[in-house]
Amino acid sequence: MKKAMIVGVLVLGLAAAARAAGVEVKSAQQVQDNLDVVWTLIAGILVFTMQAGFALVETGFTRAKNAANIMMKNLMDFSAGSLGFWLVGAALMFGADACGLFGKSGFMMDVFQEGPGCWNWTMMIFQTMFAATAATIVSGCVAERIEFKSYLIYSVLVSAIVYPVSGHWAWGSLMGEGSEGWLSALGFHDFAGSTVVHSVGGWIGLAGAIMLGPRIGKYRHDGKANPIPGHSLVLGTLGVFLLWIGWFGFNPGSYTQGIGDVSRVAMTTNLAACAATVSALATAWMIMGKPDLTMALNGSLAGLVAITAPCDIVTPGASIVIGLIAGVLVVLSVFFWDKVHVDDPVGAVSVHLVNGIWGTIACGLFAAEKVLGIGEANTGLFYGGGFHTTFVQLIGIVAVGAWAFLAGLAIFFALKKAGILRVNAKTELKGLDVTEHGQDAYAGFQFFSNT
Amino acid sequence: MKLIIAYIQPERLNAVKQALYAREVYKMSVSNALGCGQQKGYQHMYRGAIEEVTLLKKVRLAIAVNDEFVQKTVEGIVEGARTGEIGDGKIFVLPMDDCIRIRTGERGPEAVG
Repeated sequence: MKKAMIVGVLVLGLAAAARAAGVEVKSAQQVQDNLDVVWTLIAGILVFTMQAGFALVETGFTRAKNAANIMMKNLMDFSAGSLGFWLVGAALMFGADACGLFGKSGFMMDVFQEGPGCWNWTMMIFQTMFAATAATIVSGCVAERIEFKSYLIYSVLVSAIVYPVSGHWAWGSLMGEGSEGWLSALGFHDFAGSTVVHSVGGWIGLAGAIMLGPRIGKYRHDGKANPIPGHSLVLGTLGVFLLWIGWFGFNPGSYTQGIGDVSRVAMTTNLAACAATVSALATAWMIMGKPDLTMALNGSLAGLVAITAPCDIVTPGASIVIGLIAGVLVVLSVFFWDKVHVDDPVGAVSVHLVNGIWGTIACGLFAAEKVLGIGEANTGLFYGGGFHTTFVQLIGIVAVGAWAFLAGLAIFFALKKAGILRVNAKTELKGLDVTEHGQDAYAGFQFFSNT
Repeated sequence: MKLIIAYIQPERLNAVKQALYAREVYKMSVSNALGCGQQKGYQHMYRGAIEEVTLLKKVRLAIAVNDEFVQKTVEGIVEGARTGEIGDGKIFVLPMDDCIRIRTGERGPEAVG
């Protein structure tokens, strides 16, 4: 009784305060608008958590002598990338459409100043977090050997140009009909960015890993891969948990509406991640004979990436199937890239590229709009929707892949020609912390540098 | 029988190991060490303040060898560790009175193996 009274007084007090501040609730629509703003903003902040997750995963999966360098890179790709997205990226992605290929207005976000309840700012801060995510994925693939200058240059280019252009193709229409790109006009579905964000990051990362070449000591004389163990699986695991938390903003937040469906998407997101963790663990255990923590962690992320595109149009059951397949794919993919001498220290290509592709295809296979009560008919192949959706998804995968991979190759090739792509052998062996930054991540500790 | 002790740069360890393997020297013990030589350390800037770093990070190798392996071992360490710059390190060759393999109780050159 006492509690109820306190709550009552609080509510009355808040209402009085709101009135005093000139905020008057006019209609249910206005409440909904504000709810959309609040949820989307909170989701954007959750997506920001993923930056912390990426920083920890990458640091944990690499050697102690490069830890400060990797932290610095994650800090800078977000900071420099956000500025680049504000300056150019948002305009290329959400500006008025030019030939379906890119946006041509809104540089420095100047056209986004209007809108009900400053809705556009909510979208812009949310989208900034996504742009930064695409850039930071690359960091893992190029870790422990890229020169810091080069890293700064490409992360600005990715956030300002590469990601926004392909992003426009699929997502331009999020800011209004006038900015629709050619892929979404075809009916391409990528709800939260398996292709738009993760595959783009993965393709650029693959280009980076190829142009850089493997780390010293990664391959023996007979061509077999050496393990280069990460220095802290504790940090790596914490990073995966943070990413997982962040994904509850990434996927459910992509509704950008405070509505009930967000919870269903949270459910499909979580189920896919859990299923992929289990199947990655099982696959690794069967092949290598031991339950390998790093593979299970890659599995969690693989499931999250795979469910990102289809999370809003698949049933919880289908999300488990998508996750199970993602977990197997990621482990086999890690072995594959090792075999073909693409040195990807944290498995980012396997997680983000391979499973970004898988998740995007899965939209075409498992889409069940009618079953979920959100559409007139099921468009997924397995639900009687025919091949059309899958075909459109494949077009999107190939087109975005070609753009991101070629743009990535071009950027890294130019940096290589400029002679600033890779650090010299001595720097790489000593570690980038002391040589590039003049500081140790773990001052006072001495580590064996056996690789 | 000699005991060879060498101080090298940490990042040269792998190269030294490979050079020794190529000469069929497989046994060694390796530990981290701090030390300084002629250069007397270096100055280092941290958040704008200058720090005197007098002890540098090194790796210490200790290898017990029979006489016919002394030259090979020294060559291997030099090949792997030499860069030509100050701080490449030093090798000490010490006489060794005896060696006992704990498991079998073997002594002398046999125990060195």
